[in-house]
Amino acid sequence: MAVKNILETIRDTMAEEMRRDPQIVVTGEDVGPRGGVFRATQGLYAEFGPDRVIDSPLSESSIIAVGIGMALHGLRPICEIQFADFIYPAMNQIVSEVALMRYRSQGAWTCPLVIRAPYGGGIGGGLYHSQSIEATFAHFPGLYVVAPATPYDAKGLLRAALQSADPVLFLENKKTYRLVKGEVPDTPYVVPIGRADIKRPGRDLSVFCYGMMLHECLKAAEQLAAEHIEVEVVDLRTIAPLDKATILDSVARTSKALIVHEDNQSFGVGAEVAALLAAEAFDDLDAPVLRYGAPDVPGVPFSLPLQSFFMPDAARIAQSMRWLAQY
Amino acid sequence: MTALTLNEFITRDYAAELPPDELLRAHRLMLLARKLDERCWILHRQGKIAFHISGIGQEACQLAVGMALRPGRDYYFPHYRDLVTVLALGMTPLDIFLSTYGKADDPSSHGRQMPNHYNLAAQRIVSISSPTATQVPQCAGVAFAIKLRGEQKVAMCALGEGATSQGDWHEGLNWAGIHRLPFICLVENNHYAISVPLDKQMAVAGPAERAYGYGMPGVVYDGNDFFASYNATREAVERARRGDGPTLLEARTTRLTAHSSDDDDRTYRDRAELEAQKQRDPLPLFTQALVSRGLLSQAALHATEAEVLAEIDEAQTAALAAAYPQPEETLLGVFVADSVGDRAVRAWCWPGGRLPQSPAEEHADGR
Repeated sequence: MAVKNILETIRDTMAEEMRRDPQIVVTGEDVGPRGGVFRATQGLYAEFGPDRVIDSPLSESSIIAVGIGMALHGLRPICEIQFADFIYPAMNQIVSEVALMRYRSQGAWTCPLVIRAPYGGGIGGGLYHSQSIEATFAHFPGLYVVAPATPYDAKGLLRAALQSADPVLFLENKKTYRLVKGEVPDTPYVVPIGRADIKRPGRDLSVFCYGMMLHECLKAAEQLAAEHIEVEVVDLRTIAPLDKATILDSVARTSKALIVHEDNQSFGVGAEVAALLAAEAFDDLDAPVLRYGAPDVPGVPFSLPLQSFFMPDAARIAQSMRWLAQY
Repeated sequence: MTALTLNEFITRDYAAELPPDELLRAHRLMLLARKLDERCWILHRQGKIAFHISGIGQEACQLAVGMALRPGRDYYFPHYRDLVTVLALGMTPLDIFLSTYGKADDPSSHGRQMPNHYNLAAQRIVSISSPTATQVPQCAGVAFAIKLRGEQKVAMCALGEGATSQGDWHEGLNWAGIHRLPFICLVENNHYAISVPLDKQMAVAGPAERAYGYGMPGVVYDGNDFFASYNATREAVERARRGDGPTLLEARTTRLTAHSSDDDDRTYRDRAELEAQKQRDPLPLFTQALVSRGLLSQAALHATEAEVLAEIDEAQTAALAAAYPQPEETLLGVFVADSVGDRAVRAWCWPGGRLPQSPAEEHADGR
């Protein structure tokens, strides 16, 4: 078992799966000889050649639309959007086509493609290289949205996505790419889509998070452990559909819930989890359900003091946890 | 149907009519932009700035825009490599450094955008985003408004050849052609979209080949030659002002650096190719032309170099000393001040931060 970072894990998993399945192709901007701007496809062009690792024109809409066509005729495309912020020209293809193909044709046509999109802030990327897009796309049924936060989960979820009968938006948090390392089994395994994971058990309150915020929440939980407050940290891993059973079971044990995400606070994943708890965990709750999302401004600012203010961090998450624990 | 050559397109040698002081002003601008650009690379290598994206090698076609448009009257939607263009249109080295350092007085975005995302409304430089080609149909919209209002203005946008693959590019040119708008689209064709070469971007020799499909002339010229670039750009501007409609300009140029400070072009670009391109560096070409015309002496060149370096040093020092925005300013400017939207945004706080009292105090009275 090797220790890898998330970027290496995604690259190795794509290579392994492409060796196993000749129908898998990769397309996107700079995925060829350049190996992707984050190096996620490094080596794939050399190994699999220009017919399976295809530099696309600079046109996100076409990356998805051509991927749809490939999938309609039996290929298994991995479509890379260079930064999640640049996905919007492809919005029509994703929302009107990818997510609707099965439903509108009663399953006669499907397009099980995997859309990989690096997302998230705190990396000096400013308004257009930092965005979180999960809530936007989670709103559209017909599309799975996953967001692994560890190397182990990245491999398992990417393999699950490549085996899925339906399309998957595979969100990769940029800040975790090289920062987060962990053991990754060499053997093939799957982390099922739709399953959350308790990354740290605790009895006093539950925190639901994903992506880079998992690691900020784990840091905050460690601080609170020193204050004898035991926080349960639940990694949602799949945003759509939510793993309701794991969420409800956790709150049944802790009676308190906080949701943390770096996406904007309003109309997001936090609201969805809170609505679930309001409807189905009302009798279990001993405190208001809290959410900590980024301010409702339309992008992560570049200037460092502004970026720091925008991004949820362990110190402020710990403050939110304390408030809830003391309630 | 192919693109036009410069000689097929122009009706006059506009560059020959530029007076010596204008040529020297242009040369100083190119020198200033080059030295400022080089300074940013140095600062990045020293770890003192987070990011830089360069215009080095493309300055001649860019500067031609700055010299052909009327600052503050004609509209310009820049490409992110257009440092010399925005300097020619009225931005200053201090403006550039304030943005690079993310300082509060950055006129482009008050520290919100990454560097090189230019904006200076007073000079009609329209704020650009990072998604590519979005500005092209917007530029058509400005041109439509100019036409509707009966003004003698021009709306111009610039982008790289990679961005012409976006649907927005097609949509913008289609509008401009249909309505014969006072619109100019400059494609700075440096043959690379980050790593993707031209032949993986399009099946034709360049974007100007497509102009016929939009009902406008497409012109190809040497974008590293200031004189050729000025002639092409000025003719397009005159056409637009005369009411003769839009033009697609394609400047064949060279990107003499990696895509950005985050890129390493050795993984995809042959060094010999780059060395050959350096022989076409627009700055020495322009300098040599002015020297051989007797307009610029070596002594004057050295004096100007010293002058622009001093100007850059001064701007850098001032920008370093300038204040950062206050953290809470993150919440300002989403909507007009004191509106219902603005109040909603400013009300944000993280849980726990919202409640100054301890929960025990807050709920002491009989929850």
